[in-house]
Amino acid sequence: MLAFLARRLAAAVLLLFVISFLSFLLLSLAQVDVARQLLGLQASASAVAHENAALGLDRPLLARYADWLGSAVRGNLGTSWFTGQDVAQTIGQRLPVTLSLVLATTVVTAIASLALGLWAGTRRGVADRIVQILGVAGYALPGFLVTLLIVVVFGVDLKWFPATGYIPITRSFTGWLSTITLPTLALSLGAVAGLSQQVRSAVAAVAAQDYVRTLRARGLSGRSVVLKHVLRGACAPALTVLGLQFVGLLGGAVVVEDIFALPGIGAMTVADTSDGDVPVIMALVMVSVIGVVLINLAVDLLIGLLNPKARLT
Amino acid sequence: MRAPSPRSPLRAVLRNPLGAGSAAVLLLVLAAVLLAPVLRPGGAQSSNILDAYDGAAAGHPFGFDGAGRDELAMLLYGGRATLGEAGLALLIALILGLPLGLCAGYFAGRFDAVGSWAVNLVMALPGMVVLLAARAVLGPTTVVLMVVLGVLIAPSFFRLARGVAADLRGELFIDAARVAGLPAWRILTRHVLVAVRAPVLIQASLVAGVAIGMQAALGFLGISTGVSAPSWGGMLSDAYTSIYTHPILMLWPGLALGLTTAALLLLAVALRDALEDRPGQASARRTRRPEPVRVVPTPAAAAGPARAAARSPLLSIRGLTVAYAGPQGAEREVVHGVDLDVRPGEVLGLVGESGSGKTQTALSVLGLLPLGGRITGGSVLIDGAETVGADERALRRLRGGVVGYVPQEPMSNLDPCFTIGSQLAEPLRAVLGLGRREAAARVLDLLRAVEIADPARVARSYPHEISGGMAQRVLIAGAVSCEPRLLVADEPTTALDVSVQAEILDLLRRLQQDQNLGLLLVTHNLGVVADLCDRVAVMRAGAIVETGEARQILHAPEHEHTRALLDAVLDDAPVRAPWQARPTRSVA
Amino acid sequence: MNTDDEERRVNAADEMLLTIDELCVSYRGRGLRTRPRRVLHEVSLGLRPGETLGLVGESGSGKSTIGRAITGLARAESGRIEFAGERVEHADARRRRRLAKDIQMVFQDPYTSLDPALTVGDTLREPLLAQGVPAKQAAARVATLLDRVQLPADAAARLPREFSGGQRQRVAIARALAPDPRLVVCDEPVSALDLTTQRVVLELLLEIQEATGVSYLFISHDLSVVRFLSHRVAVLRDGRIVESGTAAEVTETPQHPYTRRMLLAAPVPDVDRQRERRAAFARARSGAAA
Repeated sequence: MLAFLARRLAAAVLLLFVISFLSFLLLSLAQVDVARQLLGLQASASAVAHENAALGLDRPLLARYADWLGSAVRGNLGTSWFTGQDVAQTIGQRLPVTLSLVLATTVVTAIASLALGLWAGTRRGVADRIVQILGVAGYALPGFLVTLLIVVVFGVDLKWFPATGYIPITRSFTGWLSTITLPTLALSLGAVAGLSQQVRSAVAAVAAQDYVRTLRARGLSGRSVVLKHVLRGACAPALTVLGLQFVGLLGGAVVVEDIFALPGIGAMTVADTSDGDVPVIMALVMVSVIGVVLINLAVDLLIGLLNPKARLT
Repeated sequence: MRAPSPRSPLRAVLRNPLGAGSAAVLLLVLAAVLLAPVLRPGGAQSSNILDAYDGAAAGHPFGFDGAGRDELAMLLYGGRATLGEAGLALLIALILGLPLGLCAGYFAGRFDAVGSWAVNLVMALPGMVVLLAARAVLGPTTVVLMVVLGVLIAPSFFRLARGVAADLRGELFIDAARVAGLPAWRILTRHVLVAVRAPVLIQASLVAGVAIGMQAALGFLGISTGVSAPSWGGMLSDAYTSIYTHPILMLWPGLALGLTTAALLLLAVALRDALEDRPGQASARRTRRPEPVRVVPTPAAAAGPARAAARSPLLSIRGLTVAYAGPQGAEREVVHGVDLDVRPGEVLGLVGESGSGKTQTALSVLGLLPLGGRITGGSVLIDGAETVGADERALRRLRGGVVGYVPQEPMSNLDPCFTIGSQLAEPLRAVLGLGRREAAARVLDLLRAVEIADPARVARSYPHEISGGMAQRVLIAGAVSCEPRLLVADEPTTALDVSVQAEILDLLRRLQQDQNLGLLLVTHNLGVVADLCDRVAVMRAGAIVETGEARQILHAPEHEHTRALLDAVLDDAPVRAPWQARPTRSVA
Repeated sequence: MNTDDEERRVNAADEMLLTIDELCVSYRGRGLRTRPRRVLHEVSLGLRPGETLGLVGESGSGKSTIGRAITGLARAESGRIEFAGERVEHADARRRRRLAKDIQMVFQDPYTSLDPALTVGDTLREPLLAQGVPAKQAAARVATLLDRVQLPADAAARLPREFSGGQRQRVAIARALAPDPRLVVCDEPVSALDLTTQRVVLELLLEIQEATGVSYLFISHDLSVVRFLSHRVAVLRDGRIVESGTAAEVTETPQHPYTRRMLLAAPVPDVDRQRERRAAFARARSGAAA
């Protein structure tokens, strides 16, 4: 198990390194004349050159990347070229919003999908059809369209919840709950649709395994076999999909935060990336990718715990 | 009736109302969008601010938007942008993902390792963040963004193609093509591409929906297209600013977007249904999901007077019929009125070729027929109790404690996620009500009873850590763990090597004699019958053709089918004479 | 002069069609760091034209690997495989394609060895296609082949799923015979079939050999099947040949204790003889344990 853990960690670190380098490379290749943008069209050539030097843009690419990497691993993500604000600090303020949204969604998705998938996978028939239709619909209907519908119906029409805004959980729990409910609902729908399908087919596949019949032939009740053996067998594929969906959730969070005017990372991505502010974009990409990598690592470890055979590969 | 030509899934899709409907909607949308210059030659840009927010007017059925532009023209030209750009992304995803995935799956090895690593890398990227970052770097040129989007969704095709190709690589018909001398590219196009075509079509339909959604989302965020060029997402964004005053403006672009994506997904569902109806397709070998069935109770009285006589106190079957749900709800009977008796301490061999119904009969005794199968009539008495039509709880009381089951495949009958010890302890605790420690001790006794040398180590092992012969011993231990009086063994040695088979037969014989078990032994091997059975029932095509003492059946069979089975045994066939040189080789 | 010619002809016929010399094969394990596992240890054997060599062994004995190495599906690690005087163990793709004309294979499972999406005719045309046979000739050949394996001529237009296991195996045999090969590797060709079907297919193989003089390398776990079809038999255990000889020698007077145990372990459908066999097996087992 330790070797397994070490292997996965090494792979994760390598992945982070490669992505950070590629992003840095691509961002540097873009011919955005930052200094000119900052100083305006009237600025003299020497002022622009001076500004470039101040930003460190006159140095070779690899040296700049090494600098960035060196300070990034120490938690210093630099300052924004345009606002001069400390990037790590800005992200630190906004991260809790996105985290609470994404975590709430993950929990809701996991519970709802497990329940729906088990229901459909063991009952079949009508239950099956419902989950199937929900699954395909959630997969193909654009998330932001669903989000808009939710805003129109619950926020504008019924006025059950505020349509926009955010109250931190530290200020008021009920306030937080009321502002996070609709975004979480909007974000969960698609995820539940996909994951419940996955749980359903995994449950059906495990339930058809020979060993399930053998266990039942020894006098175990169908329910205890489902809860103990079928669920455990179905967990690994379901967790894999949950891990993949997390990536999608981050993308979805961008749109959802924009629509509900939540002051999170996603809204920041929309607002701050348009002008090629390299330190900010790098930080955003890395924060998202670290989130993805951590989730995948957790999924891998859980699968390894649940299924001893998975530890071998 | 089934479609007359099973080789034309496209026709099957169109015959399905769901498929025909969604295809019609898609065609309509596509035609409208393509004909936009004809329908609205003026383009979408002509606006009159005085018309802003006006409702439907002559020649303007959908009214005007906030800038006084004609909604219909906006929809048509917006659709051009949205659908065209989504199509571009889809095309790029297909071009990148499909061939690379096929090659990665088929060639495996280093190519696969590199390809899969790259795909995992792309999949770890949050798409929306990358798109936004790409826009920052590359500028708001839609075409470039759609190329990026195509790269981002290419993994879905890569993984699909890779999975199918990797599955096929292990198939013997691919080996056969290689032995036949077909070059790799030919195998890929002839065998692999054919198998992957259907799932890719389904996936493409779904991904097209996703791409349209993404394109619209980018437009909504004000990113993809410039301010001037209309798109469905941009229209929604404009409408959203006036959601409190003119919510109706959200309707048309929302409807267009929803309708198009919904049609695409329904088309995918119809495609899947049509393709999965084709039996034998490598990618869709799953059987049709049957409706849930309930066992219909049939009174024992249904059996004739002769049958009612002399029923065994341990296991007695009369007039058993088993049927399976076929397509379109029709039932196919596979066991037609079987009569069997197993007396205490007796070994009955149930013999027949594949498809003769012997396994179905055995599983009926346990009440554990596979999905779609059910007992349609007859009577099965176990220990004097009627089990046909009995509820699950009554059956459960019999399983384990009265009837034990030894399956055929040793490996697939152990749960890979649990240790041997915990799997064996579970029924001990549930059925016999033993405590944790007692159960663990009893597990070691059981493993010792099936002649396992190091019971403590085996109890701690996971199934993949033990051999097939060992696994079969574990399964026998599980079958006798709750001290049943009847064992149902379904081809218990078929998957084993002969020397292991001999050991397992010895073990079964010893357990059977020590505990005076009744044994219903399903087998196709007449040698096994001679080795173990007291009596034999010979099955053919769902019915018993002959029953008798083992010696009589093997040495003086009465039914011609039994004779045919015995004649086919090669043990007494002449050995082939030594080779002699032939002068020349003749041609076939 | 005349006697010289005579002698040369005898020698030519006595010459091996296939010679395997100290063949070793290893499989790479799954995962990155697992060491390769050697499944064949210096196996040597020979096969003459028109001869059947039976390879018998339990699972994991490496018997299938020999067949796969000959057809190029498994890579030889060391040793030689010589076919008609030509080294073939490291043949490249182009040479493999040429060799496919002479070396063909019949697989174990008739359900997965035929592409479910191809018609029987397309399946049979496949080896001909690889050899570049013109379409018209190929069609005629397909008809001949179907007749050869006693399938109706209209079978060509149908899909494999319309046929039973035995019929499918006939299709697989016809496919192997399509390019008129000199050697057919039969990898457990009847073990997935019912007893009665098994016998019919074996008799068909026998008859084809009599008629065409093709050589078989016949791989099976079942000694009774092997002795029925093979002139000579080699017994494999853990990747090594433990015994070989004529079919009668190996199956009636086995020398190696492993062969003897394997023979005794297989039950016979005769109550009394099986009782004797069982007792003998128990003695052999305790003898081996001692």
